[in-house]
Amino acid sequence: MNSTEAADTLGARFENSIISTVYFRNEISIEIKLEQSFEILSYCKEKLNFDYLVDITAVDNLGNDPRYEVVYEIYSYQHSCHLRLKTGVSESDREAISVVDLWPTANWHEREAYDMLGVTFKGHPDMRRILMWEGYPYYPLRKDFPLAGKASEMPDVAFSEPVPLDGGPFVTSPCSASTDKREPRSREIIS
Amino acid sequence: MVSTFKLQTYPMPKNTAPVAYDSKIEGNVTFTKLDAAINWMRSNSLWPMPMGLACCGIELMATGASRFDISRFGMEVMRFSPRQSDVMIVAGTVTYKMALAVKRIYDQMVEPKWVIAMGACASSGGMYRSYAVLQGIDKLLPVDVYISGCPPRPEALLEGLMKLQNKIKTEQSFVEQKKALLSKIK
Repeated sequence: MNSTEAADTLGARFENSIISTVYFRNEISIEIKLEQSFEILSYCKEKLNFDYLVDITAVDNLGNDPRYEVVYEIYSYQHSCHLRLKTGVSESDREAISVVDLWPTANWHEREAYDMLGVTFKGHPDMRRILMWEGYPYYPLRKDFPLAGKASEMPDVAFSEPVPLDGGPFVTSPCSASTDKREPRSREIIS
Repeated sequence: MVSTFKLQTYPMPKNTAPVAYDSKIEGNVTFTKLDAAINWMRSNSLWPMPMGLACCGIELMATGASRFDISRFGMEVMRFSPRQSDVMIVAGTVTYKMALAVKRIYDQMVEPKWVIAMGACASSGGMYRSYAVLQGIDKLLPVDVYISGCPPRPEALLEGLMKLQNKIKTEQSFVEQKKALLSKIK
């Protein structure tokens, strides 16, 4: 079995739960409905032998509906093939379904997604922040969060201040230009 | 009656070297200032608290190892207990999550104590202009010596420690430490 066959099997088995299947540069991304996400991922693991959860990330598509997207990267050591499954999470719910029961490694991945974007995972055994301190009021990887950060204060636990960005932020521009054009340059802050 | 005092000398036993007693030095008197003596002792026996938080910590370890040999300057006694150390070397990126832990460890150190900000991150936040990183440990602690570099080489750390030694040698240590006692005397 390869990735294409796995995607075809999923397409046949969960016809009504799959929104789209995109082939791009030998990688397959399958967009699935949130309600059936656990069922589909469970099928991937148990029946299609995707025994390795590479990563769970989340994306903030600000302005789109659903705003958030949770991305599962799964891999099968038995078949040496990779699949990417995506599911949309609306801003009002902000809740995806945990897959800790399938792959225990999902525990920290889901905590990171929660920490950075505020998407919670239903059924997670320990839904705490993992990188920022408990009590930090913002979700820093959201698109409406400023690059410089925001001030916060939690007495005896931690605090934060916006960072100075004089002459910054330093950004790279994706282009085909030579190295001296592509390397990080300071860009004026547009506020 | 005139008495004469004759110094009696005994011959040194053979095959025995004088170990703890040197008649040429022992008994002599050196005049100095109290501050100078205290500072001399303090500056040549710095016990660092290695606050290794990022890659600077690796250079800190290299400084402690045989090639660079921090013990040439009497600073090799790295203590992982704040109660036993007197100079905190903040080596690395201080995140906000870690910042108050660093402050707490500093508070647990006994006076007199000093702080070295090792590397760009500990001095100013470095390249991490980020929501998660404290922009310089001097926002929380009084820093005595800043060491530039990303990370600084072990030689730079040794230079910084020697700068700190020189700074300690200029301190009015007795007056600073015995303020209460001196006010009673006056």
